Amino acid sequence: MSKVYDVVIIGGGPAGLAAGLYASRARMSAMIIEKAKWGGQAGTTEELENYPGSIEMPTGPKLMERMKNQAEAFGTELVKDEVLSIDASEKIKKIKLGSGKEISTKTIIIATGAQPMMLGIPGEAELRGKGVSYCATCDADFFAELEVVVVGGGDAAVEEAIYLTKFAEKVTIVHRRDQFRAAKSIAEKAMKNEKIDIMWDTVPEEIYGDGIVEGIKLRNVKTNEVTDFRTDGVFMFVGTKPISDFAKGVVEMDAKGYIKADEEMRTSVEGIYAAGDVRIKSLRQVITAAADGAIAAVNAEKYIEKNFEN
Amino acid sequence: MIELDKDNFDSEVLQATGPVLVDFWGEKCEPCKALMPEVHALAEKYGDKMKMCKLNTTQNRRLAIGQKVLGLPTFIVYKNGEKVKEISGAENCTPEAVENLIKENL
Repeated sequence: MSKVYDVVIIGGGPAGLAAGLYASRARMSAMIIEKAKWGGQAGTTEELENYPGSIEMPTGPKLMERMKNQAEAFGTELVKDEVLSIDASEKIKKIKLGSGKEISTKTIIIATGAQPMMLGIPGEAELRGKGVSYCATCDADFFAELEVVVVGGGDAAVEEAIYLTKFAEKVTIVHRRDQFRAAKSIAEKAMKNEKIDIMWDTVPEEIYGDGIVEGIKLRNVKTNEVTDFRTDGVFMFVGTKPISDFAKGVVEMDAKGYIKADEEMRTSVEGIYAAGDVRIKSLRQVITAAADGAIAAVNAEKYIEKNFEN
Repeated sequence: MIELDKDNFDSEVLQATGPVLVDFWGEKCEPCKALMPEVHALAEKYGDKMKMCKLNTTQNRRLAIGQKVLGLPTFIVYKNGEKVKEISGAENCTPEAVENLIKENL
């Protein structure tokens, strides 16, 4: 019979890497499966000053690289593959991978996180990679000495707007409310920045351009007035959606696809846990994701002790 | 894979006969770098049927913008100097999607 893991963690962001670290330190056999890039969303967030201890090297990619190395150093197996489905009908759970492999495990921690949401306005999909972007670290370089619009008002939008001022000549934040949802310290930093303009109560209606972004149509939600705003790029940070399709019908979720889990990270299925942004929760941050991962790993260990003989 | 820059882009891509794949990547694009091993594997697999190239946009910004690329990762297939198909964005550029892009344009 092939190897049965103690825990298989799906997703290599802060939640998954913390879970791997805690599981490996508890001497459990642990594997993390990541389909794209290690570090998740935090791996492409340049300005990351709110993770305790990261102030001297406050970049997401560096912090996530250290987390990955730490989990690996304690023995977590790191695998690049995509999870297609989970079979939880028996005590030993099976995970089907894109490569064709099947993994057997006593417990599963789902830490797949979330990805940026698209607004779905005209021009948005067509001009992707032509000036419409969801990743400031990836694409900021292109906009040196150009002007960009940032859509959104949460932490991600305002932090990335500040980051973009290091490249772009001018950054205009377009936000549908009359104040930011972002943390006050970040909001204040943005409002003091001379390169940043803010348009409150404004939503984008359409992005246009001939093969490349030339402008955006903006509507004031109070007056309904539509204005044409010339710009070279549009960065969208309008929220996220969970990555949980592979677990549909296995664990309980809300209508948006966020997984239901209790304070111990237990989902509706025994031996399956959810940690990080993919779970229903009020604060989606690197620090809360890492905490979730640790809690999930400890509870997975308790579950194995109770339910499996060694 | 052939490393492209402003000196060889015309001869290797625009004046080439047959299909050419260009991987537009950047030094600060983490999704691009994560994808690189898979792209190299695809280049091995299909290299005899399609010319496989990559362009570092951090070093060749103007060249990329000239090709109307302002977002990463982006993969474009050229045939006889014309763009025939492209995909862009981290969640669209999976290894499977890149392989399909290659297979559809052989």
